[in-house]
Amino acid sequence: MQLLSSSIGRKILMAVTGQVMILFALVHLIGNTTIFGWLHGGINAYAEHLHALPPLVWAFRLFMLAAVSIHIWFGIQLTLENSGGRPKQYAVKSTQKVTFASENMIWSGLLILAFIVYHLLHFTMKLIPGTALVTDAEGTVNVLTMVVSSFQNVFVCAIYAGAMVALFLHLTHGIQSSSQTIGCSNDRTLPVIVRAGTLVALAFLVGYITIPLSIFAGFLKG
Amino acid sequence: MSDHKTMTLTLIVWRQKGPSDPGKFETYAAKNITEHHSFLEMLDCVNEDMILEGKEPIVFDHDCREGICGMCSQVVNGLPHGGQDRTTVCQLHMRKFKDGDTIYIEPWRARAFPIIKDLVVDRAALDTIIQAGGYTSCHTGGVPDANSILIPKPIAEEATDAAECIGCGACVAGCPNGAAMLFTGAKVSQLAILPQGKAEAAARVTAMTTAMTECGFGNCTNHYECQASCPKGINVKFIARMNREFLKAQFA
Repeated sequence: MQLLSSSIGRKILMAVTGQVMILFALVHLIGNTTIFGWLHGGINAYAEHLHALPPLVWAFRLFMLAAVSIHIWFGIQLTLENSGGRPKQYAVKSTQKVTFASENMIWSGLLILAFIVYHLLHFTMKLIPGTALVTDAEGTVNVLTMVVSSFQNVFVCAIYAGAMVALFLHLTHGIQSSSQTIGCSNDRTLPVIVRAGTLVALAFLVGYITIPLSIFAGFLKG
Repeated sequence: MSDHKTMTLTLIVWRQKGPSDPGKFETYAAKNITEHHSFLEMLDCVNEDMILEGKEPIVFDHDCREGICGMCSQVVNGLPHGGQDRTTVCQLHMRKFKDGDTIYIEPWRARAFPIIKDLVVDRAALDTIIQAGGYTSCHTGGVPDANSILIPKPIAEEATDAAECIGCGACVAGCPNGAAMLFTGAKVSQLAILPQGKAEAAARVTAMTTAMTECGFGNCTNHYECQASCPKGINVKFIARMNREFLKAQFA
């Protein structure tokens, strides 16, 4: 199977799984904004609806785990192969198009991975010490209280904000790169996709970071 | 001659006796250089002085010296062909430099391009990619009448844009991963765009991209340094087209 072995095939798998994760991030962001109260019952009602069908939740989790695993596996493999692509660097380091983001995809990616692990331990498995877990009579954790109390801590806020900056950097290159890899660009569309990708990355950064910051600043209360 | 002003430059040049020699930088003075000298003529002057002094001249690849053959291959101050837009190093002129400048001259550096001597690298890997499928093998018979295969002007132009590639390898030299995606993309596209090339498009893209990896070229990370390095300005849209051809081939 050329998709699993060839240079372009593995890159296409990375591009597609990356785009799946972008879609996930979009839905996740829309879900998070229920904390601002536009859904009746707020984020607690959202969390309840989301987990109403456990088999579906688990099917989706496994699907995302597969996408993330493929992306990471080939990301590391291709980066390792590329590290020897130019055995000796030029004496004068001079580039014309390379950006900080495009050069550091592996590092922004690994930071995001570390964050995902922390984030799952924090709000999904609720194992991070110091997280306020208030349960109702049925044993359901009050999500709003958990989130708001967490983000009143400056360190937790900083971890989330830092991770979102890494995500921003990863996406400024990743969105245009993935569309080029799956062949969805040409000389007219590529400049548009580059700009649109940066805008989407910025929208994710602002959207995600607003929640911890508005809690920390005291605008949003439990 | 409009002026007789000459410049003196300091050259820091990569010298390597052979493939297994570790190599090192040597410093030379380039004297009596006018702004009308091409970069290679400037090196010729330095080499003439060195020969008179009984030293081993700097070895570099060159042939047509008019920017169309793809033989010259030098990284000047960190940029393939010196970084002037759409210019081979043989067409780079000394008017781009100032008296007293220090210039670093290095060979193409990529895993797939072993150094033969000084600034000369072995680019046979590009030939290996072409041999894998950069041709049409269908029996075409005698010379057909003109316009017996109708090709719209924009499509002919697109194929010609891809065919502008002179195979110098600057895309590989400029790529931080030493990838040959722009070269291979151009060679796959110039045939895949035209009806005569479509018949074998799927087998071609598979064979050529396989050869590309086997030759030791890296994987593309879409920095687009290749397009900026290319003396013919080959567009990265041909990489996207090759990726599409590759995807199509998976279902062929």
